[in-house]
Amino acid sequence: MSQLSNLWTRFLSLNTDVQVRWKSMSRVQRLSGYVLAVLALYLAPWWPKIPGIGWLVNTPGTQFSTVLNDQVIIFVLVALGLNVVVGLAGLLDLGYVGFYAVGAYVVGVLTSQHASLPWIVALPIAVVVSMLVGVILGTPTLRLRGDYLAIVTLGFGEIIRISAKNLDWLGASRGISDIGKPPSIGPLKFGVLDPKPYYWLGLTLVFLVVFCLYRLEESRVGRAWTAIREDEDAAELMGVNTFKFKLWAFAIGAAVGGLAGAHYAGKVGFISPDNFPLQLSILFLAAVVLGGSGNMAGAILGGIMVAWLPERFRNFTDKRVLVFGIALVLVMVFRPEGLLPRRVRTKSPMKPASDGQEVTQ
Amino acid sequence: MPDWLIVRTFWDLTVTGLALGSIYALVALGYTLVYGVLRLINFAHSEIFMVGTFSALIASTQLLNIPMLEDGNYPYRTGGTLVLFLVFILFAAMFISGVGAVALERIAYRPLRGNGDAFGAIVLAFLTSFVIGLIFVNETKANLIIACVGTAPISYSYLRFFKKGKKAPRLAFLISAIGASTAIAEAVGIWGPNRREQYQTPRILEKKVLFNALGTDVRVDYVIVIVGALLMMTALTLFVNKTKLGRGVRAVAQDAETARILGVNVDLIIVVTFALGGVMAGGAAMLFTMVYDQSRFNIGFILGVKSFTAAVLGGIGNLKGALLGGFMLGLVENYGSALFGGQWKDVIAFVVLLVVLMVRPTGILGESLGRARV
Repeated sequence: MSQLSNLWTRFLSLNTDVQVRWKSMSRVQRLSGYVLAVLALYLAPWWPKIPGIGWLVNTPGTQFSTVLNDQVIIFVLVALGLNVVVGLAGLLDLGYVGFYAVGAYVVGVLTSQHASLPWIVALPIAVVVSMLVGVILGTPTLRLRGDYLAIVTLGFGEIIRISAKNLDWLGASRGISDIGKPPSIGPLKFGVLDPKPYYWLGLTLVFLVVFCLYRLEESRVGRAWTAIREDEDAAELMGVNTFKFKLWAFAIGAAVGGLAGAHYAGKVGFISPDNFPLQLSILFLAAVVLGGSGNMAGAILGGIMVAWLPERFRNFTDKRVLVFGIALVLVMVFRPEGLLPRRVRTKSPMKPASDGQEVTQ
Repeated sequence: MPDWLIVRTFWDLTVTGLALGSIYALVALGYTLVYGVLRLINFAHSEIFMVGTFSALIASTQLLNIPMLEDGNYPYRTGGTLVLFLVFILFAAMFISGVGAVALERIAYRPLRGNGDAFGAIVLAFLTSFVIGLIFVNETKANLIIACVGTAPISYSYLRFFKKGKKAPRLAFLISAIGASTAIAEAVGIWGPNRREQYQTPRILEKKVLFNALGTDVRVDYVIVIVGALLMMTALTLFVNKTKLGRGVRAVAQDAETARILGVNVDLIIVVTFALGGVMAGGAAMLFTMVYDQSRFNIGFILGVKSFTAAVLGGIGNLKGALLGGFMLGLVENYGSALFGGQWKDVIAFVVLLVVLMVRPTGILGESLGRARV
């Protein structure tokens, strides 16, 4: 494993080489690179058909594009949201599934159970409601220290699930069916059989979330989060309003979780309390930490892995969860910072780029 | 009227609540001890409890050869045999849970602290080559052979990796704990004879009414649970307060670095802490099987969450707090179920936790394992 670990480090440094070359490219070259990458992602449902490397991504036993939407997109969205809470602000949230459930249930209630709004109207409401729930939960609890927060959020996740299970207003254990689907635009038909439109919609949501979070991360808010994560007392002394920014992180994380839940509800059309077990929270957290908490690329990678690996290795069948547990321990022992660790800001971040310029000159 | 139910059955609820609370309290001690010493939520502690229930089961059916039923009746034992059997099962569960907790620390936590040893390397290597083997073949015997063959070279390279000794961030410990917890529960679910179904444990104690107080029949098993838990807890408190090792535990809880400088063998103390927690969980497991006559591979998760809640409620890192929190949680759950209906039991428990933490952010008794006399 140490050799393997070395290999991975070398791969990462190769990554830096690529970055250097990338930065030395012209604008047009870079733009076309982005377009190609985005195009490739949108064409992902056909990846298993690529001769030679297609078998690598294929998921035997399940339809690949279903896995792409129902697992990968959901986990990536959730990992991005939870990464804000856990990775950026350093708050340990073990009940993230609660926000995910709130998003799904708001859509369920508004499009089927008690009203018949279109999905597209219910979506922003779901996001806002999840955010509000995040603020309501965060206001009393964020004053607690880290580990207490863990158990309180864990309790919150259970409270949401048990309430959904026992309140007739929320469909009790029968759940909510006939949830509204996203509106069809031209040839894009959001039906029951074809998961591809949902994948494209989800991917668009992911891009949107990545863009917004990237802007946030680079802003004053992002720097405040980093300061809080590194040393809360020091941040407070330097004039950062820690409580306010922690609450922001919590609310934004909750909003993204709600968005993921709303997308999920729109796709499957049926939700019940059993879709939101406590174990799911733990899988979400595992995705973030496995990939590398605090690094958006890491969170995305972790989300993809936690969602896709169990489907790819279906032949483990009943041992999948066991393997998952063992893998968590192994990754944490050998790469405790995650597969793609957070980049530590150096004194002169532009140095590699200037080296590249010297070469070109 | 539901209000009448709680009045009518108040003392009943109190007795059963205290019995359940004792089990919570015993498991909570494990969380509290480890948290006090390592500042780590030992998520896998619940599985140590689960392993304890299975040890009790195996001890009574395999070692003591007690059948599930004798001539259509429960295999009741009486007098000295009963006491002997119960004590034997208790010690078996305590021993296995204690060993399990120490092994867990060596495998899943010590490498993260930057001083992994050969034992951890070998087990991790075994698990690695087991997983690698699974990619090619899914047949237990073949997998075991592959795992054994792969262990030697992989553990060698693991050991070399361990020599670098880097300390992991705190979140990594938690994820490793979650992974270990999942893996242990799943392993029992996959390879146990009943797989994922429920297991019955033989009932050797006749659950007759011991005495009647305040209009309530108090059953003998409840009395044993409560008294047993209190005894175990007293023993633990004495150990932590009066022995040399216990002083070490308090010293490390207070300040690990200073304790190391002053000559405390921190690694030994950590092993002792895990062993103590495991032994308590084993005791809780035996008492649990005695009262509820059952076990299952996933029995630990919810109970673990509740026990951790109890530990936080009382003030984590505080032994008396674990006791208080456990009893309180057991009682609150029982009264709450009678008031609002059993399905709201867990919600009530968490709401009480939330309210208590808002009023007293460090739990009812505050954190203290290191700071004051326990």
